[in-house]
Amino acid sequence: MDFGPFLLLALIEGLVTSAVLALTAVGLSLTFGIMRVVNVAHGEFFMLGAVSAWFVTSWLPVPPALAFAAALLLCPLFVGVVAVLADMLILKRLNYQPEATIVATIGVLYILQQAALTVFGPDARPVAAPFNFRIQFPWFGYSGYKLAVIVAAAAVLAGVWLLLTRTKIGLVMRATQIDRDTARAFGINVDRVYAGVFGLGAALAAIAAVLIVPIQQAHYLMGADPLLLSFIVVIIGGLGSLRGTLVAALLIGLSDGVISTFFAPTLAKIIATLLVALVLVFRPQGLFGKPAL
Amino acid sequence: MTVRIDTALALHLGLIALLLALHFAAPDYHHANLAKIMVLAVYAMGYNIAYGYTGLLSLGHALFFAAGLYGAAMAITVGGVPAGPALIAGMAAGGIVAAAVGLLALRTTGVAFMIVTLMFAQAGYLTILYLGQWTRGDEGIVIAQGLRHIGALDLTDEGPRYLAALALFTAGLLVNLWLVRSPFGRVMVAMRENEDRARMLGYNPFQVKLVALAISGLYAGAAGAAYAVMFGYVGASLASVQYSILPLLWVLLGGAGTVAGPFLGVLVMFYLIYYAGTLTSATLLVVGVALVALVLFAPKGILGAVRERLLKWLP
Repeated sequence: MDFGPFLLLALIEGLVTSAVLALTAVGLSLTFGIMRVVNVAHGEFFMLGAVSAWFVTSWLPVPPALAFAAALLLCPLFVGVVAVLADMLILKRLNYQPEATIVATIGVLYILQQAALTVFGPDARPVAAPFNFRIQFPWFGYSGYKLAVIVAAAAVLAGVWLLLTRTKIGLVMRATQIDRDTARAFGINVDRVYAGVFGLGAALAAIAAVLIVPIQQAHYLMGADPLLLSFIVVIIGGLGSLRGTLVAALLIGLSDGVISTFFAPTLAKIIATLLVALVLVFRPQGLFGKPAL
Repeated sequence: MTVRIDTALALHLGLIALLLALHFAAPDYHHANLAKIMVLAVYAMGYNIAYGYTGLLSLGHALFFAAGLYGAAMAITVGGVPAGPALIAGMAAGGIVAAAVGLLALRTTGVAFMIVTLMFAQAGYLTILYLGQWTRGDEGIVIAQGLRHIGALDLTDEGPRYLAALALFTAGLLVNLWLVRSPFGRVMVAMRENEDRARMLGYNPFQVKLVALAISGLYAGAAGAAYAVMFGYVGASLASVQYSILPLLWVLLGGAGTVAGPFLGVLVMFYLIYYAGTLTSATLLVVGVALVALVLFAPKGILGAVRERLLKWLP
């Protein structure tokens, strides 16, 4: 294959990574932006989505495509409920104090990981894609499912965007983000908003996981990479800035696709993590954010 | 003339005397455990100097621990240095890496500091994997038995190993006690309690925190180097994020900002996992539940609660 088509392939692969990453990172960005909670267990919500998708698709006695559609609906719901419980039972009682919540979400991370290991086992297990066809480009054939992932992720992101900017729920969320005391004074139930946002953030990670699991397999340790990459995206994009998060997801996903096609993946990760640390040190508002105060 | 008895010093010397007595009294299995616990307690003490006293919640101490581990192990296997100087090299490596990280990371505070240290440690962990040609990555370095002795002291033998661990622990504990009761220790606590007021009084927060972090790194490096030489194995898993979380857990459990707390935390956690291990294989669950329960119900840890209720003078 020539360089041109090879680069195109790398870019499409990168676009798939970007799409899934954007979903996961927007979930993390929402919880940080609105609740000021750094959710270290976010990767485990992703893992929980993938693992529960395996259970749903292998237990439901219906055709694979239908089972997958059910998983796409049920798994985010299940993960969302788990997250809401974690918020109400743990984070709320800590008053969302930043350092305590990080320690607590580390604890939740271990609990969820152990639960998955006990129930699901240590093996990686595949989930069948709902459909299989190849789209033939002039130079190579490409999985139709992967292209569908890009479309689906874009649709969900558009939905989140509309929810936040065009609905009453979004208005209430934004009001809570800007000033939670004033919001409370206007009769907004801030506790419920927080629980909802935490659940929504986790559900977005779960949707991303269900979409990727036919490509990647479910495994109880699969949460680490999405967590790290989402952190990178959210920090580069500016903590709490949704638009920045999307741009950064596209940037990181594409460059990840291109870099890991041409270079060693470990080296790419080292450079990315160091870059994040340096961005936080020298430009804490992110590459795209406005300086805070 | 009355002799003023230093109760706090006496109490900590008592702990050391107890551990020395256990050298002769403890059953073999627990004897071996205690040696490991003392080495890890030095690591936890280092973490406590940064987090418990200075208020620096780092999620990247595994990097400093690993600097000690690999500093000592590679000095021996690659550099051909004897174990004694290798220990010093490991300790120095921990301090230098901590100071270097601090120069950058201490420009941030709070959550950003946690993430920056986490990222640096992650980069360090990945670098160890990437340089597998020399570090042997996940498989790790095994230090040959013949190389693991300091002078006449054979550290592969249970007895000398316990005493060497006790010597390191004693030094760590007494220096820690002296440090936190020194004027500089008070300034460290001032940074934790109210950085702005300390700055107004003329202290330079960046400088104080940098020194505290470097001391913390020296402790972590010393513990790592001792771990490498005493137990003869160094692997990438010891540099993973879990080894950044563990000292935090130990310190929270034993009591942040207490001198003996880190030791108590390692001891309780070690045996908690050990006894939980006889009941269930779900050891991660124990760690997770312990973390959540601690922040929810006992944010001050064991010795922190004791200090609050009974012994106000406990350092």
